[in-house]
Amino acid sequence: MSSPNDEIKKKRKSAFSRRGFLQGLGAGTGVVGSGLLGVAEEAEAQSTIPVAGPGVVTITLDINGQQMKASVEPRETLLDTLRNQLNLTGAKRVCDRGTCGACTVMVAGKVVYGCTVLAIDVQGKKIHTIEGLMQGPRPHPITTAFVNNEAQQCGYCTPGFVMATKGFLDRNPDPSYDQVKKGLGGNLCRCGTYVGVRKAVLEAAKEMKNA
Amino acid sequence: MPNYSWPPMDKRRVMGKRLNRLDGVAKSSGRAKYNSDLNPPGLLHAVILSSPHAHCKITSIDTSAAEKMPGVTAVRVIKPAGTELNWQGTEIAVVAANTESQARDAVKAIKIDYEVLPHLVKEGDLKAAGSRARAAGEQVTGDPDKAFQEAEVVSEGYYAIPVITHCCLEPHGQVVQWGPEDKIEYHPSTQSVSDIASDLGSQIKVPAAKIHVHMEYMGGGFGSKFPSDLWGREAAFLSRDSGGRPVKLFLDRQQELLIGGNRPSVYGNIKIGAKKDGTITAWQSQTWASGGLGGGGLSADLFPYVFRKVEHRRVNHTAVSLNMGSARAWRAPNHPQVSYLTCSALEDLAAKLNMDTLDFYLKNVGLTARPETYKDQLMKAAALIDWKKNAHLRGDKTPGPIKRGLGIGVCTWGGLGHDSACRTTIHPDGSIEVEIGTQDLGTATRTMIAMVAAETFGLQVTEIVVKLGDNGLPKSGASGGSTTIGGVTVSTHKSTINALGKLFDLIAPLMNTTPDQLEAIDGRIQKKGDPSKAMTWKQAAQKLGTQTISEEGKNVSREAAKDGLITQGASGVQIAMVAVDTDTGVVKMEKMVAVQDCGLVVNPKTAESQVYGAMILSCCSALMEERVTDSQTGKVLNGDMEFYKLAGISDIGEMVVQMDITPENDARGVIGLGEPPTIAGIAAIANAVANAIGVRVPMVPLTPNRVLAALGKANEKRMA
Amino acid sequence: MKTFEYANPKTLKEATALLASNQWGQAEVLAGGTDLISMMKEELVTPKRVVNLKNIAELGGIRKSGGAVHVGATVTLDELASSKDVRDSFPSLVQAALGITSPQIRNMGSVGGDLCQRPRCWYFRNGFGLLGMKDGKSLIPNGENRYHAIFGGGPAYFVSASSLGPALIALGAKVKLVSSAGAREVDVAKFFLSPQTAEAREVDLKPNEILSEIIIPASKNRNATYEVRHKDALDWPLVTASVSVAMNGAKVSNAKIVLGHVAPTPWSAVKAEAAINGKSITEESAEAAGAAAIDGAQPLSQNDYKLQLVKVAVKRALLAAAATKA
Repeated sequence: MSSPNDEIKKKRKSAFSRRGFLQGLGAGTGVVGSGLLGVAEEAEAQSTIPVAGPGVVTITLDINGQQMKASVEPRETLLDTLRNQLNLTGAKRVCDRGTCGACTVMVAGKVVYGCTVLAIDVQGKKIHTIEGLMQGPRPHPITTAFVNNEAQQCGYCTPGFVMATKGFLDRNPDPSYDQVKKGLGGNLCRCGTYVGVRKAVLEAAKEMKNA
Repeated sequence: MPNYSWPPMDKRRVMGKRLNRLDGVAKSSGRAKYNSDLNPPGLLHAVILSSPHAHCKITSIDTSAAEKMPGVTAVRVIKPAGTELNWQGTEIAVVAANTESQARDAVKAIKIDYEVLPHLVKEGDLKAAGSRARAAGEQVTGDPDKAFQEAEVVSEGYYAIPVITHCCLEPHGQVVQWGPEDKIEYHPSTQSVSDIASDLGSQIKVPAAKIHVHMEYMGGGFGSKFPSDLWGREAAFLSRDSGGRPVKLFLDRQQELLIGGNRPSVYGNIKIGAKKDGTITAWQSQTWASGGLGGGGLSADLFPYVFRKVEHRRVNHTAVSLNMGSARAWRAPNHPQVSYLTCSALEDLAAKLNMDTLDFYLKNVGLTARPETYKDQLMKAAALIDWKKNAHLRGDKTPGPIKRGLGIGVCTWGGLGHDSACRTTIHPDGSIEVEIGTQDLGTATRTMIAMVAAETFGLQVTEIVVKLGDNGLPKSGASGGSTTIGGVTVSTHKSTINALGKLFDLIAPLMNTTPDQLEAIDGRIQKKGDPSKAMTWKQAAQKLGTQTISEEGKNVSREAAKDGLITQGASGVQIAMVAVDTDTGVVKMEKMVAVQDCGLVVNPKTAESQVYGAMILSCCSALMEERVTDSQTGKVLNGDMEFYKLAGISDIGEMVVQMDITPENDARGVIGLGEPPTIAGIAAIANAVANAIGVRVPMVPLTPNRVLAALGKANEKRMA
Repeated sequence: MKTFEYANPKTLKEATALLASNQWGQAEVLAGGTDLISMMKEELVTPKRVVNLKNIAELGGIRKSGGAVHVGATVTLDELASSKDVRDSFPSLVQAALGITSPQIRNMGSVGGDLCQRPRCWYFRNGFGLLGMKDGKSLIPNGENRYHAIFGGGPAYFVSASSLGPALIALGAKVKLVSSAGAREVDVAKFFLSPQTAEAREVDLKPNEILSEIIIPASKNRNATYEVRHKDALDWPLVTASVSVAMNGAKVSNAKIVLGHVAPTPWSAVKAEAAINGKSITEESAEAAGAAAIDGAQPLSQNDYKLQLVKVAVKRALLAAAATKA
């Protein structure tokens, strides 16, 4: 099996040439700020730089501990790759502009908006989605706490809130009520489940500490 | 005829308990599959090209380049050249392709020319609306002119609430596949599982019987997801034109905000006459509103809200036609706006009278349809917010920039139940299947059905298999107007009673008794009150041999109230406590309390959740939400979730909900709860701000600029 | 989003080489992506190439050197707000970063991106260009301008979206800009520009340059940021004031007061600085400085409420700075 970088390099040969690039950029206007690097050096520097696309490239993503392959254009977001290619549909597409948090996933241990991350950008990083929280039939304590505290109605924002909670509790295992309020400011709910969510986060913290 | 009455309040073992919703784990673990999550083999993605202009005519449209784009399987022109388009977002053409990116690329490749036409996108200034404003009539009761002349006090005010959108988190849309022999697999996000096939069928000329609808979960509707819509039709045609491959077509966020539904605005001048003791004697309201091109917007005869029995009234209304996407039902259509305008005007009158607002409302409860109920609820809500300690006359005199205040809002709503059929099947292994063609919008309908069934059978809710979200199931009505719980609890109750009756008929001889002497309780069937003469539920079911029992039960909406299982008429009172930073105009909702009746409460936990949610919706509307349009360009400027502002978790203060569970209310039967608690909160918050800062901020949302303008710390510029 | 090539350099040299002949519109650099990805989705920028900076080690990390704190351009807002060096000396910067109340944005967004992000002006975002023009005329003075500039307006009326800019300017920070031709340092105060054309950018960054780090000089100044935000959850500030005051005993010897979200660039409130210099910070003196801060303001049809917010933000930022430990 080849590494993601190999894949990119392979693709680069077919998808990219410096000449084509310069033409595309209107190289006739000259090199801005020339001086330190001559054109030859620039070309040399570029020749070692992995460049992918603009067509489809195969990438491998480390999702919930599994290596998953996907074929994406560089413009493909992580969220769309998860939902459309890998059938990991827990993360939802709602605002699609990095505002509402329904697409929250963890990359390298931190919560991010999946709609605003390129899939190609997170190769080699550990990605955790809500599907990974459920190990076997046993719900994660956060999931259980959300159920116990009615922290959901239509449920479309809920996976995002659960993941945001995971990221929050990883860093604040013993939060105060006020910290909970402040710690989930990147997620929106339309049904109005915040009262339940706040209780759920506190209960989950307690459960996870005792576990 | 079997006895269909609800078990007595003190005998219920499941209903009335605080149970977790049954699909909670599925939703909170991400496993719940919404129709927007479906990825069937061969799936195509469709994207709509929508009008960038508020008003224009298409002069030419050329899809030839788009058709040749990679991955494109079908392109359809919805609005051909020559068509006049009347709002931004109007669907013009639609493309299906192998990937969503390919579909988006192809949409961009459609060549289209427009002739831009004059538009009107604001209704705040009625004079500027010109011929687009249409008087919707005037109603006069009594002699208002004389009553105002004789009034000891007259209070006048201007109040406004802008258009807000539904902003469903799961956008409108569907996955649809046009199969062989015109068999259609249709997976929409809908509030109307049983009826939507007919709607789609009439659009695409396919019999409803050939359209299979399925939806396990849906991500919010709020009244905007009843029809199959143009995008349902187009998705179906795209599938047909693409050789029957399934097509996924969901609106993007901007489209969702532009055409996915909105709640009409209301602007109004209100005048109230009263005696010095606070008794209201005369009412006059002149309102205008817009719900889009059709004008519409309001049933003016809802004024004055709740306090309806004012003897002398004049109400009139003007509908303004705008070049904006059409309004749709929005939880408790008309009521939140009318409650806000009415209660704001009432508290302004109380302030003019220098009266405690609670006293003022109590003084006038006789004008309501349920004086005792409102009086009781006002007192309960006042106790929850500690009115005696926290209330003051208008204008918080505490030094410093932070001013606190209390405000009150009231609600009323109908209820009853829609037509609903349910089929309950008892299998020989004892398992129970409850089938009902309804939908769970997030209101925990699935859980309510299981609770009602479990109550009948003396079992746990987890022992009931509820099947819903499919039009192959017994037909149940659309979820609107808070009629779902009424409909499904009755049909479920009756069908389970009927099924249990059949089982009793079978078992009774074996137990040497008659069916009427049996009861199902705690997992057993026993002689009434005698656990020693019992068999377990499983043993009883085994007696079926290879047979099953399958019985239907129905709620017929016209006759529903007769049985006494359900009723209508929910009342509620909400009080808000706010803190306003009068130096910045920033309003914080610190605490909100709600007292809400809804008759027999099936599950207080999920009922409270509905009320919390409704109060939070009210906070959004009172403090954050408005659709911002631009007169120069005709555009909606905030078709996103960044500047179309919704409250976040930290914007919400403490909330207290008291379901008004009393034997008297319980005896009335089940009443829906989707609409009632969404009504009073805007009024409560707006009034609390007026009470805090001493002046009325005439328009919600109460943003810093508006609050500062009302305080005279900024020039007033109406941003309507 | 249009298609693009994705380049993934490992060194700054590689990255600048990739951009050596760049012109605006051709290649864009990608760090946190919180702005760029949305801009590309709206096709407000349509680069042919995107150069990822996140795998360039030289652009990460926070270090102290010669008394100054150097913050790499790809340091996230969360890393910035968590850094002991930053917390100890620059609470104004921490407050500005935490004002972005979404943990997700703080985890993704970079300090370089915060400075270089594009305006949120809704005319710009709805396709009317950086200056919000239609038929050769600005839409903003008579349009929906509640969030727009009250200072320095024309032809640009948007407000700089940067959260960190005002604090960095008040603290006297510089940015380092690197190209294949060399490197230059620019005061953050001079880095922000009010564009005169729709094609110009809002920062003094050439298309072949990469913002590599922010250099914050050592300081014993008391500093604080105060934001007025409509929402507590993720929202843009309506007005920000960031102050950094040098004290001589109980008196202010030198104040820097910089406003955010009031002008196309962060805006130095020079009159407010003069008003507080030589005085001890009290309710009265802070209020007087706030009142002086609106000098020269030219509010538009809907946004004169921002004058009040400026007064309050300056006053509260000064009082907050005074309350910090020296």
